[in-house]
Amino acid sequence: MTMPGATIIEQDDAERHKREPAGMPALAIDGISHSYGARRALADISFDVRPASFTALLGLNGAGKSTLFSLITRLFGVQRGHISIFGHDIGRTPGEALRLLGVVFQPRTLDLDLSLTQNLLYHAALHGIARRAARLRSEELLARIGLLDRAGHKVRDLSGGQMRRLEIARALLHQPRLLLLDEATVGLDVKARADIVSHVRQLVTEQGIGVLWATHLFDEIAPTDDLVVLHQGRLLAKGPAARVIAESSASDVNSAFARLTMQDSTAWSTGS
Amino acid sequence: MSVTTITPARTGFSASEYLTCLTGIVWREGLRFLHQRERFVSALVRPLVWLFIFAAGFRQVLGISIIPPYETYIPYEVFIAPGLMAMIQLFNGMQSSLSMVYDREMGNMRTLLVSPLPRWYLLFCKLLAGTAVSVLQVYAFLAVAWFWDITPPPWGYLTVLPALFLSGLMLGALGMLISSGIKQLENFAGVMNFVIFPMFFASSALYPLWRVEEGSPWLAMICEANPFTHAVELIRFALYGKMNWISLAVVAGCTAAFMVGAILAYDPSRGLGRRGPGGET
Repeated sequence: MTMPGATIIEQDDAERHKREPAGMPALAIDGISHSYGARRALADISFDVRPASFTALLGLNGAGKSTLFSLITRLFGVQRGHISIFGHDIGRTPGEALRLLGVVFQPRTLDLDLSLTQNLLYHAALHGIARRAARLRSEELLARIGLLDRAGHKVRDLSGGQMRRLEIARALLHQPRLLLLDEATVGLDVKARADIVSHVRQLVTEQGIGVLWATHLFDEIAPTDDLVVLHQGRLLAKGPAARVIAESSASDVNSAFARLTMQDSTAWSTGS
Repeated sequence: MSVTTITPARTGFSASEYLTCLTGIVWREGLRFLHQRERFVSALVRPLVWLFIFAAGFRQVLGISIIPPYETYIPYEVFIAPGLMAMIQLFNGMQSSLSMVYDREMGNMRTLLVSPLPRWYLLFCKLLAGTAVSVLQVYAFLAVAWFWDITPPPWGYLTVLPALFLSGLMLGALGMLISSGIKQLENFAGVMNFVIFPMFFASSALYPLWRVEEGSPWLAMICEANPFTHAVELIRFALYGKMNWISLAVVAGCTAAFMVGAILAYDPSRGLGRRGPGGET
């Protein structure tokens, strides 16, 4: 049932919710391992992202976050294990899986010489969304991120934070139920970072989108978030952030991470 | 909140979704081309320089006998016009592949590859879009060449269109195949030198093959085996409303082979997964 006067996005969201299998994780990573030649980048990684939840994927550079994102988005083929999005296996039914997925990659992926609207329309076309609906959704999303007045401007003229907001809007254009963001705040100032984190959290609470947020910045993680800790391609911890902190006998995410990674390296050095 | 009834997720894609995707990719390629005016100018100037300067210098050196599809003696400019049309497409194909390498390095390529439509279809759309742009460039060249007395029969402008699309697809697919193997933009210049120039000069674009055979039978054999020669001949014949069946077969076969190769090369389970995050697309 849609509310009278609901926007086109809200109406479409309601339709999309009806098609989601009940009780299914938004993202299920099951026993994923990946190697680049002899170098192992990921070793037996398993975790879930629930719908309407914010899951922080925490790891330093080289932890394997980008490799994992490339596997989830099917830029890389899965070598071992399974990845499914709302029950759709990314290897067997990639179209169905990718249809439910929105992605913001770490490097900027906007076309700088096209306008904001043109970038959004191009993305809509890649998802087979008809021009009229695409235009309506674009306007609505640009209004939400406060960039409607710059719709016809070239992306090149935007600030870093505005580009990120536009990338998030673009990732939402086809109404995904799962949103992946790979280090989306890197290179932004404190205010722009805070704006983006709060915008994404709003998407979780208001639209019920499952979010996997890869970061190496501890202050972006709230105690209520789900947390997945990756280190050198290995999964060190997963679960609610508060529990991970408690089980690590730490006071916050920062110290929990330090303890986890230190334990891990100690274990390696002792050969256990 | 509990949900008791579930509408099954829609599977597959409708014809209109495929069409929307195709038009979107072509539209974006057209926009990019319009924004890069210098690319259009250089694409036009290059063959015109060959036509105005090179051909003027060589017309007295190279005599052209009557060879099909021509039915009378023709000036050298008329002979090389189809070769220059194919040259536009060759450069455009390599330019497209260069932009694919650039897009891959900059990350733009990811937006294309994470689209839910089948990857082979996305790559085909990309190829078709690049070909459409190259065909527009060829017609712009023909419009200018008309003032230089390159005046094929009026229907030739129409009959050459399918040939241009096929040859454009072949050269674009070759470029795509090459781009899949290039990890860094810096490596591209070397590849250009090893692909564009040998392909162009070892072909019938600038001189008829019987002339080459007189000088070097070996080189003539290489020229015969060069797919670009057949693209030139296909265009040459089509421009006069005729068909060169051998060239058609070679160009169609090479188009299919290069396209399959490019699709396999961009298949995540075959090519991309072997690279590290820095080399991903």
